[in-house]
This record gives sequence, structure tokens and C-alpha cells, in this order.
Amino acid sequence: MRSNSRSVLGLMLMAGLLTATFARAEDAAPNCDVPAYLLQSESPLPKVTDAVKSGHPLDILVLGSRSSTITMSESSAYPGRLQALLREKLPAVTVNVTVELQAKKTAAEVAGDVVKLLEGKKPTLVVWQTGTVDAMRSVDPDDFRGAVDDGVAALQKAGADVILMNLQYSPRTETMISVPPYLDNMRVVAQQHDVPLFDRFAIMHQWNDSGDFDLFSASHGPELAKRVHDCLARALSKFVIDAAHLEPSQQN
Amino acid sequence: MTSVADRIAGPPLAGTADTIAAGAAAASAASPPARAVSAGGERELRLDLFRGLALWMIFIDHLPPNLLTWLTIRNYGFSDATEIFIFISGYTAAFVYGRAIRDSGFVVAAARILRRVWQIYVAHVFLFTIFLAEISYVATSFENPLYSEEMGIMDFLKQPDVTIVEALLLRFRPVNMDVLPLYIVLMLFLPLILWLLKWRADATLALSVLLYAATWQYDLHLSAYPNGVWVFNPFAWQLLFVFGAWCAEGGARRMSRILSSRITLGISLAYLFAAFCVTLTWYVPQLSHLMPRWLEQWMYPIDKTDLDVLRFAHFLALAAVTVRLLPKDWPGLKSPWLRPLILCGQHSLEIFCLGVFLAFAGYFILAEVSGGVVLHFIVSISGILIMSAAAWLFSWYKHSADKSASRIKSTGGNADMAGGGL
Repeated sequence: MRSNSRSVLGLMLMAGLLTATFARAEDAAPNCDVPAYLLQSESPLPKVTDAVKSGHPLDILVLGSRSSTITMSESSAYPGRLQALLREKLPAVTVNVTVELQAKKTAAEVAGDVVKLLEGKKPTLVVWQTGTVDAMRSVDPDDFRGAVDDGVAALQKAGADVILMNLQYSPRTETMISVPPYLDNMRVVAQQHDVPLFDRFAIMHQWNDSGDFDLFSASHGPELAKRVHDCLARALSKFVIDAAHLEPSQQN
Repeated sequence: MTSVADRIAGPPLAGTADTIAAGAAAASAASPPARAVSAGGERELRLDLFRGLALWMIFIDHLPPNLLTWLTIRNYGFSDATEIFIFISGYTAAFVYGRAIRDSGFVVAAARILRRVWQIYVAHVFLFTIFLAEISYVATSFENPLYSEEMGIMDFLKQPDVTIVEALLLRFRPVNMDVLPLYIVLMLFLPLILWLLKWRADATLALSVLLYAATWQYDLHLSAYPNGVWVFNPFAWQLLFVFGAWCAEGGARRMSRILSSRITLGISLAYLFAAFCVTLTWYVPQLSHLMPRWLEQWMYPIDKTDLDVLRFAHFLALAAVTVRLLPKDWPGLKSPWLRPLILCGQHSLEIFCLGVFLAFAGYFILAEVSGGVVLHFIVSISGILIMSAAAWLFSWYKHSADKSASRIKSTGGNADMAGGGL
């Protein structure tokens, strides 16, 4: 009896292991799961939902900064990966992701340029990634909040859904850049405008804590950056699909 | 760097030393040691205890988050160790220098306060030098393409002339180095505060509240370099400091009836509990949907720069409950287990600086040796042990210096030299 139960246990373990291996082989993705609560958002993306439901193309504009790219390998940065992943997950939809780099610009500077930046484009969704430059220059958090507020309002007025993306988790520079006020204020603006906030900081923090990535390392190659961006794109694609209530199964 | 201000309650001899340190004044030459002891007899070990606790927490909060971080109070409510530190600093400073005014007159006491300001300033510049060394090292050794944007923070190294001058003007402050500049400004105004308190204590407190309100109304602030404002706005944070000073000058005694009422205790506990529930939703995001939206919109952001009313109220509630639950003559205050905390609290400037330095060093170790949770824990604990050992060393030295000082004094030597500059 006892040996019997033991062998059952052994079998179960083996089965578990096998499924795990298969799942991994199938995905071929790095292990960078994100807990569900970090990808939950109560704020909707109505324009994205409409576009997909009515078969219109889904044009996404990433309004980013230096950390939206990886030097020398643009296609492996998260915007490029996002396009590939969304095309894979939403085969019935034409997905285009473009990037508008605003290197070294504060939120206020970007917010002031929104109209010009969106000229000639009609994006369904704008992913506005901001905060890093403001944190480095220690812009007054209140001014920062006002700028993000203006920017989101301008983007919405231009007819786009908005996702706010906050800063990277960067343990090496934690003693030099004070991040929390900017994270808090972006959360506040997201709440006030009812737009989803992609919590890049918390997600990367989670990966570092769980040992998926060693973000402390002084790596000199682009490998780590590529893997992190790939994982960010995975999380972001899931986030977009969830927030816009697009069940991939419905699309087939 | 001895600090009369930091020792409201040194060993009995310290009371004598205070008088001696002020010995330059003719008035104190006449004051017999016995009187000084009785004046310093009112030993508020609780203040030292909580200031020591605040220093430990500031150190732990400056390290990357780890297991011990969960023990610091900022995770359980709105206010954090900074509030405790500033309030107790106001209290002890008013207590010690208020007595100095009585003993040796306003001018001499004001001069001693200014000397103290100078010491804090020098300590700040010293910490800045260490920070420069650290950041330059990171700038030259760290090349992770993932963080090429964040490395832009090193740009200021391209203009060391401007940066260093701005740092000397207290306008350029690296992260985690904001408390000392605030302390410097507050201490600079201490003579004025004490003078006003002597004139009319309650009116002074009212003026302080008025300035606090004006800060919010008219957005008073000090600008920082390269842009932005002081992380701790002195116009707002003076409220805690002046409130501490007001308590020391008899306010606490007059408030004792309010403090001992059951209603105060009830309100305080209710507020602390509510704050705890709100904080819980920050750390357990699964709960955040339980927060009503109107409350979030009304409450956030809870502003640390301008000492949000919610934070101030949280500190008051915490203080009211603590005073109630922990009587002055609680025997635990004499326990050897709390001795390290009390010693740290008695040498706050030295231990604060050491803590900031140790946080830098700990960060460095954690970055270079990719250790896990265990190393993290070891770094935190060793930091606290080093702080306690240093505090013990300071008080041992002070104690022996005082002893020899009182011997020299009795033979007519220069007491100021012996007692003055540890």
C-alpha cells in the first residue's frame, strides 16, 4: 500500500516535470512570468476594442525615450517585439507598431509636442512611456503630474486610447535617481483619466526579485537587454489584449 | 563632534559637562555642578530610544528593499522615520539650548547653535564626497545597454565645477542626502524660534502653523539644482521641528490632559488603523480594488515634500499612542537590550552620517557580490551592529573626556578644550 502511494506520487511528479518541459519547449520563451495582478487594469481601451471588432487596422504608437530601444538592434526592442507578438496573437488584424523617440525630453516637453508628433498619424493606441528623464533631472513631482495630465488629455483629444508606461527598475542607479514620486504621480494621472498603467517598474522589480533576471549585473553585451525587452513585450501584449477585452480565441 | 544638542539625557556627569562646555561664559563659572545635574535630571530616555529607532529605520530604508524593510514603520502608515527624527531633534534642541539660554544668555547659546550648524554642514559635505566617489565608480564600471538612459544621471560629472559649488550651496543633493540640509536650515533658525518661544510659546506655534498653511497656499519652496525643489521643504517641515520645540518648552506638560484622555487614544488608534489599511493596499495590490475611488482621488498623492497633513496627523497619532502606552518610568528603558538604540539616539548626528555612509557601502557590496537574501540580511544586520558599536564608542569616549574635563575644571584648566570638540 505504502509503496503504491509512493509510486503514484513519483508518477505524478514525473508527469508534472514532463508537462513543464513541454510547455517550455513549446513556448521557447525565457522564464519571465508576470503575476496576474500586475497585468490587471480596470480601465478600458475602447478604441482598440472597436478597431479590432470592426476589422480596422490596429495602429500603435510608442511615444518613448532612450529605454524604448536597444542600441544596434532596434527590432529586438520591446516595440518591435510587441508588433510581432500582437500579429501572432491577433492574426485577423493588421497590427502596426511605430516608435516616436523623444530622447532626453521631459514629460512637459513631450506633452507640449503631442499635436505635432501625432500629425499625419491616426494611432488607435498610444503607449506613452515617460518619467525617466524627469526623475533624473528631479523635476518637481507636481509639475511632472501636471505635464503627464496635459499630455494624456492631448492624446485623448487627438482620438487615441492611451496606456501610460512608467520607469524601468534600475537597481544600480537606485541611490542616484529618486523614482517613487514619479511612479506615484503617474499612477494618480492614470486613475484620474481612467487609462491603463503598464507598471514596467513593478514587473521588472518582480523579475529581479524572483531571480529571472539579474538586473544588478554590469553586463556589457546586449543579450540581457534583448531578453528583458522580449519579456516586456510579452507582458505588454497580454496587457493590451486584456484591457481591450480581446480574447485571442474570438479572433480565429 | 560632540553635540550637546543630542544629549538630553546623558549619564549624570554629562549634565555637568554641558555647563562646562558653556564655561566660556562667566555666568556658568559660578554655577555649581550640583545644580546642573538636577537641571539635567529630567532624563527622557524615550526620546533617545525613538530617535535611535528612527536612525536604524532610516538606514534600513536607504538600503535596497529586503526582509528588514518590512519592520520599518513606513510600511504601516503614512509617516516614516523622518518625522520622528525631525520632531525629536526639535524637542532635544529646544531643551538643551533653552537651558543654555537660561544658564549663559541668549548670545552665547546662539553662538553654540551656529557652531552646531557648522558641524552638520561639514558632515553633509563629507557625505557628499563619499557619494561622488561612489557615483564616479559606477559611471566608469557599469555598462549595461538596458540602462543606457538611466546612465544619463552621470552627466553632471561632466561639469564638476558647477556641481560641487551647487552642492556646497546645498542646492545639489544626491538621493538620500536630503535630511541634513533640512536639519541645517532648521537649526539655523533655532535661535529665532527659541527667542519667540520664550516670548510667547503658543503664539510661536500658531505662527508656525500659519507658515505651514502659507506654504500650501502660496507654494513656498526652495529651488534645487539642476532643477526641481528641495525634497523636504523647510517651510513645511518646520512645523514638526517647532512643534517639538514647543513641547519641550512646556507644551507637552500643558497637553498632558488631552494626551491622557480616552477620546484622544480612541481617535488616534482609529486613525492609525485606517492608515494601516490604506497602506496595506499599496503592498498587496490584489486588495487595491477595495479602495473607494473617491477616497483615492481625494487622498493621493500623499505629499512628502510638503509634509502632507495626513502624514503629520499620522505622526501625531503615533506619538499620542506611544506616550500613552510607554510611560516615562517604564523599566524596559533601563534594559541592556534597548541600550544600543538609546546610545544611537544620543549621538544622532554621528550615527546618522555613519548610517548614510553604511547604506552606500552596503549598496556597493550588494552590487558587486551578487548575493541573495542572506547576504542582504547580513549587510543590514552588520550595519546596525556597526552603528551601535560606534555609538557605544562615542559615549565611552565622551564619558572619559567628561571625567578628565571635570578634573581639569576643578584645577582651573581650560574645560572648553576638553569637553568641546570630540
